[in-house]
Amino acid sequence: MLRERLSTVSSEPPNNRAKPRNSNGLDQFFAHIKGEEGLSILDMGSASQANIDFITELGHRLSTEDFLRSVDAAFAPGDAFAQQSDIGKVEAFLRQNLDYPAGYFDGVLVWDSLEYIAPSLLAATIDRLYDIVKPSSYLLAFFRAEQRAAPVPAYSFQISGPRTLQLAGAGTRRPVEFFNNRALEKLFHRFEYVKFFLTRDQLREIIVKR
Amino acid sequence: MSSLPGRIPVAEPRNEAAAIGKSVVIKGQILSREDLFVDGELEGTIELNEHRLTIGPNGKLQANVKAREVVVLGSVHGNIEAADRIDIRKDAQLVGDIKTARIVIEDGAYFKGSIDIIRTEGKAAAAAATPVTRPQQTTLPAGNTPPALNRPPERH
Repeated sequence: MLRERLSTVSSEPPNNRAKPRNSNGLDQFFAHIKGEEGLSILDMGSASQANIDFITELGHRLSTEDFLRSVDAAFAPGDAFAQQSDIGKVEAFLRQNLDYPAGYFDGVLVWDSLEYIAPSLLAATIDRLYDIVKPSSYLLAFFRAEQRAAPVPAYSFQISGPRTLQLAGAGTRRPVEFFNNRALEKLFHRFEYVKFFLTRDQLREIIVKR
Repeated sequence: MSSLPGRIPVAEPRNEAAAIGKSVVIKGQILSREDLFVDGELEGTIELNEHRLTIGPNGKLQANVKAREVVVLGSVHGNIEAADRIDIRKDAQLVGDIKTARIVIEDGAYFKGSIDIIRTEGKAAAAAATPVTRPQQTTLPAGNTPPALNRPPERH
């Protein structure tokens, strides 16, 4: 069943009109690094002028991964679910992506990039994130607030203020699994805690402390 | 169709720029005292300290680059140091670390690596305010660069 879910990444033209969204998670993320300069922040989304400008203006160094695009390229063509469940291929992928020294980052903007990958790759990716972030640093991630079998809009998350995001459409994708609060805590069990934020829309925000 | 002010069309080499055509493959080091347009393949290093490098839509570089200004329309695996600015266009692919004063990146571009913004005014002000004997800490040490990104990454 999970396999079917992974099979769809829409080639439909994305709805590029950005939607503004208040983000308490983003607010908390930046509150934790407030007053510091020269930190290393990882953005797992696609490269965005807004995010580059915002983070470098704060005096930080930004690294961009474009994680989902790298996943799409690395586990294609063919059965993406099977390939993402192949430990050898997952290890090879992580040797080319998220390849940073231990404790390198002071914060990670994960966005929604963990929702669309198979469980084996997901677990390995979270383990890698645990290794490459410093103790006591934070991850900001988004997950669907309700279970959906149909493809959902994927987004490019663009920071327009310390607590405001613009969500630009990036086609549609099917979340592989639905994670309730308990499942998210289990997913990040190696981390110190997971903090959930109430939301009015379909996206749940979480802050994860290493 | 309107164009942005100050933007120079780069699909074709400008008249005054030296050009490497799309069927040309070069391995080695390029030092240039004029603007350069690369639409072919190059493996090695490129230095155009006071000039602009444009990697055309067919250009494929596996090289570290140093220039005043860099415009990327094609594919680059390697680190780029642009004293003035780097401009990454919509269909460009760039894997490597960037050090520059200004960066412009269009939606749709693929970029994987780190960005260090060189703040020249800040540096000058800090230098003026800092006693000579005290080490200046306006930028991260080079050792903070991940080892994997210090060399041109392997092609996928």
